[in-house]
Amino acid sequence: MVDTAAPGADVEAAPALKRKRSLGGWLLIAIPYAWLLFFFLAPFFIVFKISLSEIAVAIPPYLPTFDLAEGWQGLRENFAAFSFENYIWLTQDALYWKSYLSSVWIAATSTAITLVIGYPLAYGMARAPAAWRPTLLMLVILPFWTSFLIRVYAWIGILKNEGLLNQALLSIGVIDEPLTILNTNAAVYIGIVYSYLPFLVLPLYATLEKLDESLLEAASDLGCPPWKAFWKITVPLSLPGVIAGCFLVFIPAVGEFVIPDLLGGSETLMIGKTLWSEFFANRDWPVSSAVAVILLLILVVPIVLFQNQQQRASEKDA
Amino acid sequence: MRKGPSWFNLTSLVLGFAFLYLPIVLLVVYSFNESRLVTVWAGFSTKWYGEMLRNQQLLDAAWVTARVAFTSATIATVLGTIAALVLVRSGRFLGRTLFSGMIYAPLVMPEVILGLSLLLLFVAVDQTRGFWTVMIAHTTFSMCYVAVVVQSRLAGFDRSVEEAAMDLGCPPFKTFFAVTLPIILPGVVAGWMLAFTLSLDDLVIASFTTGPGATTLPMKIYSQVRLGVTPEINAVCTVLVAIVTVGVIAASLVTKQQEARRQRDIRRAEAQG
Repeated sequence: MVDTAAPGADVEAAPALKRKRSLGGWLLIAIPYAWLLFFFLAPFFIVFKISLSEIAVAIPPYLPTFDLAEGWQGLRENFAAFSFENYIWLTQDALYWKSYLSSVWIAATSTAITLVIGYPLAYGMARAPAAWRPTLLMLVILPFWTSFLIRVYAWIGILKNEGLLNQALLSIGVIDEPLTILNTNAAVYIGIVYSYLPFLVLPLYATLEKLDESLLEAASDLGCPPWKAFWKITVPLSLPGVIAGCFLVFIPAVGEFVIPDLLGGSETLMIGKTLWSEFFANRDWPVSSAVAVILLLILVVPIVLFQNQQQRASEKDA
Repeated sequence: MRKGPSWFNLTSLVLGFAFLYLPIVLLVVYSFNESRLVTVWAGFSTKWYGEMLRNQQLLDAAWVTARVAFTSATIATVLGTIAALVLVRSGRFLGRTLFSGMIYAPLVMPEVILGLSLLLLFVAVDQTRGFWTVMIAHTTFSMCYVAVVVQSRLAGFDRSVEEAAMDLGCPPFKTFFAVTLPIILPGVVAGWMLAFTLSLDDLVIASFTTGPGATTLPMKIYSQVRLGVTPEINAVCTVLVAIVTVGVIAASLVTKQQEARRQRDIRRAEAQG
């Protein structure tokens, strides 16, 4: 009886303790916060600033540059020298807006194809005997860990004119002459679907596996045919996984560089590739910064939607 | 109700996994090809592995990559674990939304944007580019992956054991290392491995942020791939695939074993109590 007072007092003290964060608690927040502010957020402002500058034959290759020694006057002149010329240039040259449109189109189409291939795979995994599931999950995770570059490279040897796919198709007599797939948009679709498939399957499998099977049994007991039960129960309940998976494929695919560069051809216009060549081949830092800013603006909506969804999911778990 | 997987599920599994694995299997098989022509089989040979080991540039690049990956993964694991603790434990604080936004955004942010923005930062602060800039760039995006992995481990965490330790007079710092860390360790280890392989794999961000003398292996592979497919590159890729495969499988076996032991200990403790 004597002891009961002490835990009671503790319970009352605990929320008060929580409200007043200790110095250590603040430090804990400050360390990763500061890192991300400096190395993730601040660089975006620099990109924006440089997108307003003009190209110059100098190191670094843009004008104006900040010089603290010039003081307030220098700063004012700096701001006066900024212009939206690079953005106007982006609207005038068809290359850029064509690249944006075709990136979004290629990414959306690939996401749809990935979903068509990934859904049956995730569904099959979730419906497989429980003893198989850890192994199947491992089999999806392994390629996810394997180098992106290597997986894209592997397709070059398959899709080439004298490659393994054409050899196989020729030998079984489906085609008479080799198909040209490498260096076309078709190869880019194959590359994106292949590389991003695990990103879609993993979240989808997680929601499908948690699905309460008694709902399907109830539907079937009430005389609902399996395909109808699938559309009315399985699909709506797996929607969070579908959305998360599609975001994880679509957003990075829009800015993809390696796949269009290695598998695509000259007809393949993707903004990641355009930005890369603007930066490395033309050495035009201000224009490539402007390209990046617009790309970010295009992606801001899907990224924010994705974040909200993730946050809700993690709050539900906790 | 159901007896085993249906033919439809089985077919989708077989086709799905064939699609995922066939390209990698072919890549590995053709790394043992005698012929220089990558697509014509001319007998078994390991000569391309010997060739690879004599290529000094390739080995130098591999060494740079290993150092970058090890350092960045280690720092990212520390920062990412702290970030996960903050996300799960710290409740509301000023700028929390911004913080969680900065954790999730790099997961989907196109690499070209991350690479360009970091390069412009390094130029703005007049930092010479090389090993350290690549390392910092890799730490920045991989700490977010670590945070997400550790966060999911923390979500199912029973805080009563921590409270028990604190009630018995264990200071918070010590409680973390004696109680919390051992429980979330599988998540932390998985996070480190993920950070390591992400760094090992990255081409785009490294290309932007690197400087002279710090060419990474993916950059080296990329510049050779652009010239065409060679069995030597197949050999390098096979070695990388083998390392990752062995690492991932070993880690999952160890985790499984530890989990089984923990369950056994819990049962034993319950039986005694």
